[in-house]
Amino acid sequence: MSQAAVELDSVTIKFGDFVAVRDVNIDIGDGEFFSFLGPSGCGKTTLLRAVSGFLEPTDGHVRIHGNDMAGIGPNVRPTALIFQNLALFPLMTVWENIAFGLEVRGVGKRERRDRAEELLDLIALPGQGDKMVSELSGGQRQRVAIARALAVEPKVLLLDEPLSALDLKLRQHMRTELRAIQQRVGITFIYITHDQGEALTMSDRIAVMSAGVVEQVGKGADIYDRPDSAFVASFVGENNAFRGRVTQISGDEVKLEGRQGQLVGRFNPDNPVREGDEAYLFVRPESFKFADAANADAVNTIKATVREDEFEGSFHHLILAAGEDDYVRMSLTNDGSHSSNLKGAEQSVRFEPARGVVLPIGPLATE
Amino acid sequence: MSLKRWMTGFMEKNGLLVGLYILGAVTLWIVLMIVLPQLFMLDFSFRYNLPPAEIGGPKDVYTLSNYKYLIYGSAGSAADYNWIDLSVFLQTIIAAVFVTLIDLALCYPIAYYLAHTAKGATGRLLILSLIIPYWVNEILRAFAFRIIFGASGVINNFLVYLGLIDQPIDFIREDVALYTGLSYAYILLMIFPIYNAVESLDRNQVEAARDMGSGWLRIHWRIVIPFAKPGIASGCTMVFMLTAGALAAPQILGGPSSLWFTQLIVQWFNTGGNWPRGSAYAIALLIACVAFVLFMMRVFKIRVGEIGR
Repeated sequence: MSQAAVELDSVTIKFGDFVAVRDVNIDIGDGEFFSFLGPSGCGKTTLLRAVSGFLEPTDGHVRIHGNDMAGIGPNVRPTALIFQNLALFPLMTVWENIAFGLEVRGVGKRERRDRAEELLDLIALPGQGDKMVSELSGGQRQRVAIARALAVEPKVLLLDEPLSALDLKLRQHMRTELRAIQQRVGITFIYITHDQGEALTMSDRIAVMSAGVVEQVGKGADIYDRPDSAFVASFVGENNAFRGRVTQISGDEVKLEGRQGQLVGRFNPDNPVREGDEAYLFVRPESFKFADAANADAVNTIKATVREDEFEGSFHHLILAAGEDDYVRMSLTNDGSHSSNLKGAEQSVRFEPARGVVLPIGPLATE
Repeated sequence: MSLKRWMTGFMEKNGLLVGLYILGAVTLWIVLMIVLPQLFMLDFSFRYNLPPAEIGGPKDVYTLSNYKYLIYGSAGSAADYNWIDLSVFLQTIIAAVFVTLIDLALCYPIAYYLAHTAKGATGRLLILSLIIPYWVNEILRAFAFRIIFGASGVINNFLVYLGLIDQPIDFIREDVALYTGLSYAYILLMIFPIYNAVESLDRNQVEAARDMGSGWLRIHWRIVIPFAKPGIASGCTMVFMLTAGALAAPQILGGPSSLWFTQLIVQWFNTGGNWPRGSAYAIALLIACVAFVLFMMRVFKIRVGEIGR
């Protein structure tokens, strides 16, 4: 196996008594697009600063291509950081911004200019080098920041929520763009975000963080379909959480007894529940289907009434009331088989046991 | 038309009473305290020094003689130019430039430290400890410097005690005391404008430059100083103007051979009893200083408007 580009070895970062990052162990592969996903304050930016060299871990090691980075400042690390607010230099032109890292390295002016033009081509802003940064749009500034970071030919590019200042359309466009740039230059990207959509669409792998701890590392589909903790299940994507007591575990099925009667879900061996435990059963909104007369008594059928129908074009997002206190969120594809407004309908819903996962009680993500 | 609209807007925003007060106070301040006195001085500088009885009489006409005197000296003297006064004039300006540069070199790091490194209580304590010494008045401070730098002062005693020197150094004669006193006198006027400018710099820009591999010198040269340029210009202008126009420090701390141009001006007003000539000298200093500052601002590409920020 090829050597990891970035190795986080038992990294713990404390500020006084506050533990911002606790015992993180991750190997990030060369050329990988790796994201740290978590709510604000989860320690992801702190971890990134430890990789870029702006702070040193309290315990543990950061290694880049096998070299321990302890005591090596940000100006000599083979990393480049793209700041959340981009931090372009307002008093320099676009090309001077891009070529700043080369200027530092003593590259002559002519060569700097040529290299800047090449990078401007890469980010699809050819011939814009003589503009001031203030003359560019948000998306263009974004790309200039990427070019400035790439100019120093880093081994690892670190991105600290760089898309958060853009509007939705541009953000979605930049996701594709970033991914394309990463594949063109082929270097390792470490991406920090609280936006699961960004993490899922761009990343090879994702680490979900909460309160300084890495909860789960995996491919987007793993994280989404096979969450290992209540936090991951509730933070990544929409999820319905049903609480109950585990009555029986047989094979990979778990039976849970709660307010909705008996529900059956999948057993997760990576974070197992035991019989008699309180547990959560998580079911995605898109895993629910309407129950019809033929399977009205099948497992995992919940009697409910549609309370809200949020129509989003390609989807109906339904909120159904099931009994006194429980609500079920459900997404229906707008494929023409449903009436245009379902509000008020009494409708039983069901899901396949394999589409639900049972996990031990733990803190849920709060929006 | 637009002035009228501005006036109406101004009055509506502040209310008639407050609006009138602000306008009145500012106008009074500018006209009575600044424009009028200077106009009188300007007028004075173009007149002959006449006994009171002849003022307003046939001999009271405009003349350039006071300015000519500064340049050519008295008609009776043998020299072509008034070298004595002119050299004092030049020396004063050069010395003021020198003091300004010393202050800039001293204050820029302090201002940067205050703005970006010192946090919370430490920063406030530092600013206080910069301000409080200025409660001591100028004269007292100047004489205190005289004592410190004197032949049997603390510094000489200490140097002799260390064995670094045998004989006390005459800091007064060497103008060390003068330059120290002048540099210290207006240090706050250098620190605060730079502090203001540097404080608004996005810290991420410094980190970004550092992340690109830049050393600290280049970060300051390429990022911080260009950003703080208006503040630096503002500080330098104030320190330069005030140093060139200083009187107490040169009077008390100056060596026997050093003369500040302000001292010449005072001599004409006081002992010389020649107010027109004193005015001409003062105006000449004012114009030279303003011209020099405007020239430097052009060299460093700074607009006057930026200094006000």
